[in-house]
Amino acid sequence: MSETVLETRDLTKKYNSFVAVDHLNLQVQAGEVFGLLGPNGAGKTTTILMLLGLTEPTSGSVRVLGLDPTRQPLSVKSRVGYLPDQVGFYDELTARENLTYIARLNAIPTPQLPARVDEALQRVGLREVADKRVGTFSRGMRQRLGVADVLIKNPRLIIMDEPTSGLDPEASLEFLEMIRALKREGITILLSSHLLYQVQAVCDRVGLFHKGRMVLQGTVNELAERVLGGAYRIQLQAEGDPQAIQSALQRVDGFRNIRQTGENLYTMEAARDLRPEAAQAVVQAGGRLYKLDVQTQSLEEIYSAYFKEVEHGTVQSSRVR
Amino acid sequence: MAQSNPAVSAKPQSASRPVREGSPWKGMWAVVGKEMADHLSSARMVVLEILVVLAAIGSIYVATQNISQNVSQDRFLYLRLFTTAQDPLPAFAALLAFFIPLVAIALAFDSVNSEFSRRTLSRVLAQPIYRDALLMGKFLAGLFTLALVCTALWLLIFGLGILRLGVAPGGEEVGRALWFLVATIFYGGIWLALAMVFSVIFRQPATAALTSTAVWLFFTVFWNIIAGLLAQSLSPIRFGTLGELLAQANLQLALARFSPNTLYAETMIALLNPETRSLGILLPTQMEGAILGSPLPLSQSVALIWPQLTGLIAATIVLFALAYILFQRQEIRA
Repeated sequence: MSETVLETRDLTKKYNSFVAVDHLNLQVQAGEVFGLLGPNGAGKTTTILMLLGLTEPTSGSVRVLGLDPTRQPLSVKSRVGYLPDQVGFYDELTARENLTYIARLNAIPTPQLPARVDEALQRVGLREVADKRVGTFSRGMRQRLGVADVLIKNPRLIIMDEPTSGLDPEASLEFLEMIRALKREGITILLSSHLLYQVQAVCDRVGLFHKGRMVLQGTVNELAERVLGGAYRIQLQAEGDPQAIQSALQRVDGFRNIRQTGENLYTMEAARDLRPEAAQAVVQAGGRLYKLDVQTQSLEEIYSAYFKEVEHGTVQSSRVR
Repeated sequence: MAQSNPAVSAKPQSASRPVREGSPWKGMWAVVGKEMADHLSSARMVVLEILVVLAAIGSIYVATQNISQNVSQDRFLYLRLFTTAQDPLPAFAALLAFFIPLVAIALAFDSVNSEFSRRTLSRVLAQPIYRDALLMGKFLAGLFTLALVCTALWLLIFGLGILRLGVAPGGEEVGRALWFLVATIFYGGIWLALAMVFSVIFRQPATAALTSTAVWLFFTVFWNIIAGLLAQSLSPIRFGTLGELLAQANLQLALARFSPNTLYAETMIALLNPETRSLGILLPTQMEGAILGSPLPLSQSVALIWPQLTGLIAATIVLFALAYILFQRQEIRA
């Protein structure tokens, strides 16, 4: 088992009577990309601030790299990079000046300073615009500068709050690629988002937040299994008698559900990847198979399915206020 | 409680106060350096500096003209540079009393709230520093900038004086002017700290600037009037005895001294007019044996303004402490 980089136990934060984070138990392993998911106001940012020691927990404990952020905030903050939601820079200063300030706050020795700043700018591809004022930067460039700002302290863990919000699709993709590159370097990443498909694209594991609670945790497939029941959705395009095809598919072991979604189009839910069995069944039922595709559940669906359940009261989430 | 919900029992707050790791001043000098660079290059400061320097040159020019016309045996020629006023222009010292608060407010009114609005605060506080270092660094940077401006002006006066008067300043004059410089810096410090308090309280820099200026106006224009009215109503003169008159005058003076402007004005008078023997009401009995018009030695003048000077410094510290407490309690999520 790999090293635990981040661990919270019954972490709770109350603002007067409002519970922002409610008995959160979270574990992130070294080298992992973990996604905190949830709608705005679910407690993601509060959790992040507590992990960094910027807000004191009401109760519960936090361990970041084996340190307690409330007692040893300086040690934690010198090892953990934090990229806040909509990161801000001093617009009247250049990119290099902004980073130099941060490097000085990190007590990086003056002789190494220019090299470290240049290296960080190089890694995010902003070396050419190092001496331009940040006020002229686009949203995507600012976000990359934010990453450079975090990298300057050579962090072992990076926490990103809504890193792709406000980015255009191209800049988002670029940014996600950067996250993957950081992961390859062995940096552990915790990111929060409400943009599901992006989290899905980079995260090893995700945790679903709802009203201050971590209601679901696991890989995307695990979550799908738990919320939707079936982790696999198989799409078929087959010509032939719909009745015969559907009844043939229903007899396949592991079958859960089938729907006809169009002319000659079927969507089947199954516990396993049943593509070979489904193909055989269709052919045996006299159908002509044109297309067979398996689609893992997207987080989007898990998410909406989960919140539908909450609305209907099937998931217990009542709390005493 | 603990029985019904065992999960809550693991609270981090133990009976002993947790010791904070590391120094609260770590990173402070980085903040000071960055903030001072900002102040010195900002357009706002350049405009104010030009204004102050122009006003200073004007008033000194007029003062030197006045002085060289009325050549007399004056031991304190350079101090007259600070205090001589001629009709269109006020004395340099009066100009300072007017401009220094404005410069100080301009330095600090957006120091904290602009970090919020630019969303830089959480990024800066995510670095291995405490909030203490950030606020203290900002305050010191403001104070140093203010000191720089005051010292530059101070040197400008002496330079212009030497040029125009052709006499070298004496040691006592320089000493008095130096004390005056210190008093001026801390007088500015009060307004700096006040503007900083408002910059912590109000998220809008404009609100903070307006409120700071309003407080300054209140003390400059209205406080003396209010002190007079309060003294009249709290200690009324019913029979017209000397005791009553004295009590009212003393009360009025005591109330007026709540204003930093009064403290600064008194300091200015005692330091720049060596003949000043008392800042309050002087009874004839207290003047017995005194040679009227003879100057006090510097040490005695300093002793005279000691309460005023410590008052200025104390007010600066108290206001800064207030800003500090407010800032420590603030949620930093922007």
